[in-house]
Amino acid sequence: MDELPIQSGDDVVRVRQHVRVTAAENGLSLVDQTKLVTAASELARNTLVHGGGGVARVEVVKSPNGRTGIKLHFTDEGPGIADVDLALQDGWSSSTGLGLGLSGSRRLVDEFELNSKPGAGTTVVVVKWSR
Amino acid sequence: MEQVPIVKIGRTLFVSIQVDLQDESVLRLQEDLADRLAATGASGVIIDITAVEIVDSFIGRMLTMIGSISRLFDARTVIVGMRPAVAITLTELGLSMKGVRTALNAEKGLEILNGRS
Repeated sequence: MDELPIQSGDDVVRVRQHVRVTAAENGLSLVDQTKLVTAASELARNTLVHGGGGVARVEVVKSPNGRTGIKLHFTDEGPGIADVDLALQDGWSSSTGLGLGLSGSRRLVDEFELNSKPGAGTTVVVVKWSR
Repeated sequence: MEQVPIVKIGRTLFVSIQVDLQDESVLRLQEDLADRLAATGASGVIIDITAVEIVDSFIGRMLTMIGSISRLFDARTVIVGMRPAVAITLTELGLSMKGVRTALNAEKGLEILNGRS
């Protein structure tokens, strides 16, 4: 498992590039790579802008039926999200975004899990499986 | 921070994004383009994203805003060269890029700006 810091805009770019290489090496199609990297970009930006920085972890996983997947963890110790259901709706936005960051990235991956509490930071874990 | 060059040919400003851009570089491009539009009176902008591997909601919103800004300078913007995987991902993300013209490549983008299509 690789761990990458998210403390600047350049770190967000590095996370994207790392996810791209890992997804390509593990047999994800070009479209699936693009979807996963786009989701990673949204989530890494959230970690930076809303979480005040944090960490991304990139992991290669196997499903019981032998498929390979890329699992990404984004963790911050920021203010957290008070209403997670609301935050996952299209159009919800805390700042200047289009409100597609969380809801949109959920559509781009196969598995999506968000854990957050006010004052206790936010963790988002996503998985994209090879086909 | 990367700076994206803007090249003026005739009445058109050409921008070719060749690197993986961080958010501040995209914001800077927006400001640079507004300055160049004001300084040159160009009537069109072509943004070539052939080399761009992903367009997420931030970059998509910035491209849409560049279109809106150039309209205020009486210029039209055409985004050209979007990769198929990027088009699929943008659509699934839910980003419509409303108000921005797109074309297959720079040549077709120029035809749109010159009123030939």
